[in-house]
Amino acid sequence: MDALAPLIAAAMNAGTPLMLAALGLLINEKSGVINLGSEGMMLVAAALGFAMTVQTGSSVLGFVSGALAGALMAGLFAWLVVWLGANQVACGLALSLFGVGVSASIGLPYVGATIKASSWSVPFLADLPFVGPALFQHHPLVYGALALALALAFFLYRTRAGLVLRAVGESPESAHALGYPVRRIRLAALLFGGACCGLAGAFMSLVYTPMWVENMVSGRGWIALALTPFATWRPLRVLVGAYLFGGITILTFHMQALGVPIASQLLSMLPYLATIFVLVLISRNVDWIRINMPASLGRVFNPNS
Amino acid sequence: MKNHLIRHTLAAATAAACLWAAGPAVAQEPLKIGFVYVSPVGEAGWSWQQDLGRKYMEKQLGDKIKTQYVEDVPEGADAERVIRDLAQQGNKLIFTTSFGFMNPTIKVAKQFPDVKFVHSTGYKTAPNVATANARFYQARYVAGVLAGHKTQTGVVGYVGAYPIPEVLQGINAFTRGLRSVKPDATVRVIMVNSWFDPGKERDAALALLDQGADIVTHHTDSTATVQAAEERGKWAIAYHSDMSKFGPHAQLAAVTHHWGPYFTREAQAVLDGTWKPDQVWGGFKEHMVDVEGFGPAVDDALKAQVKEKEAAIADGTLNVFAAPIKTNEGKVVLAEGALDDKGLNAMNYYVEGVVGKLQKN
Repeated sequence: MDALAPLIAAAMNAGTPLMLAALGLLINEKSGVINLGSEGMMLVAAALGFAMTVQTGSSVLGFVSGALAGALMAGLFAWLVVWLGANQVACGLALSLFGVGVSASIGLPYVGATIKASSWSVPFLADLPFVGPALFQHHPLVYGALALALALAFFLYRTRAGLVLRAVGESPESAHALGYPVRRIRLAALLFGGACCGLAGAFMSLVYTPMWVENMVSGRGWIALALTPFATWRPLRVLVGAYLFGGITILTFHMQALGVPIASQLLSMLPYLATIFVLVLISRNVDWIRINMPASLGRVFNPNS
Repeated sequence: MKNHLIRHTLAAATAAACLWAAGPAVAQEPLKIGFVYVSPVGEAGWSWQQDLGRKYMEKQLGDKIKTQYVEDVPEGADAERVIRDLAQQGNKLIFTTSFGFMNPTIKVAKQFPDVKFVHSTGYKTAPNVATANARFYQARYVAGVLAGHKTQTGVVGYVGAYPIPEVLQGINAFTRGLRSVKPDATVRVIMVNSWFDPGKERDAALALLDQGADIVTHHTDSTATVQAAEERGKWAIAYHSDMSKFGPHAQLAAVTHHWGPYFTREAQAVLDGTWKPDQVWGGFKEHMVDVEGFGPAVDDALKAQVKEKEAAIADGTLNVFAAPIKTNEGKVVLAEGALDDKGLNAMNYYVEGVVGKLQKN
């Protein structure tokens, strides 16, 4: 039981950047645009957020600048793919590669700088035995990510704006015919997604591993991309998936340290195996795909043609 | 800018012509030495140690040499281009300092027979390619001795990269050192299956600390393990570099590489015209590894004890992998004598004292 609390706490921590980024990407994709630039956006935000925090001493400013950096990059991407009609996959990959380079240059003077790791806990609840250390001694953004998942589930399926967003992703032509500004809605969705990826990146360098080193996001942007089909484009399933992905990694570490005789390579593979398994599963059921995957995902829409 | 360049080239060419005409004066031209680093030099880690070596050599040899380096060179097609560039720029000695530079180095070496190459951690040689590696496992043993004196829980955590001989040598040497002091102490290992993923390294270190380890060490590239120990108020033994900046209270010591003396010897040999394509695998004796950066938790008496072991390894009275060697599954690997280099390079087991089962390839 004693070993379980830190395991749960670590899994929540590990799942949070994945969840933040995946929720942002989900909103992108619900509007019909796929942005493969998440890794790059996260890296730039991690570098900038860290630099800002070192300079100003305020992690709040670090998070804000991280989110803004993500949104800015997403804005650039939006201009390319929504207005100029460029290929989404190619531009997304370019954005990721661009982000790797840019973040390295931003972060260069900050390699080796240290910031204080956050220590924050929910008053009263944090002192409870077991549940306290497991659930209530986290950075506020861990709860923020949870709240975001709930808020987005509500937004997408209970509000008019959410309905419009989904309509744009399903059939931009119809949404356009009804008089909705498809391009601007997609821009808004992309900016939101970029800001979420930015928050996820800043979380990496300010909370999860409070340091900056080149490439420290280490592929989590790509895992977040895999999480949206894993979750069949549902925010609450993203929540489950992110904790599962984070949790499996942590669990494999604890099992190794205990000497459980399972190959570490195999355990490292599990999250990806799980994604493939889910993809196969949902592909077999045509209705699941049809209901959730935005029909126009990845297609260029030109209102003038 | 372009004019500038042409002028420089002309000047250089004129100078070269004069020197050539002057005959013996050519010898006074500094030996140009190039370095290729796999990652940015940064503030700690593998490339940082290589660069310290370069600076050491510059200090030793002064204006007899002139060095330049290219950092953050990916191991692949780009490496070959960078190495060739350095050779074309007139570098007569080129250090390529990562395993993945092996094939590009051999390839470029064929095209530049009058340039000497030194490749770190590889095994392929050529008439103008030498190889170098460090017996860091010797320093790991000493670090284990230190850990044995300090651990109270008797559990030490080890964040490993991949279950390959290089990493296993370190884990096993460390465990033998640990148990030479505290025979019932154990080492718990987590392989993160990555050389570099600060997030995972940190999670692994925290998992080990959560499971009762009061000291953690690592065979990965970032400072995350030391930082995690610092935050938890536990101890750490750093690898590659002195990381006391990242864990001023946590760091007991650091297991480090020292390339300076070796680089200097190689450069001197080129200057003297006695250079040979040797294959060097050096440890304490050759001053290629060290245990340093002792933290406040290590007092002078303990430091002296640790340095004693170091001296014993250096003069050959203590062999880190002397028999008997038993795996943690009870199999006897070696009943008498000591493990030779072939045995070291084929290591595929955990020794007694390591918790966990190693998957055989």
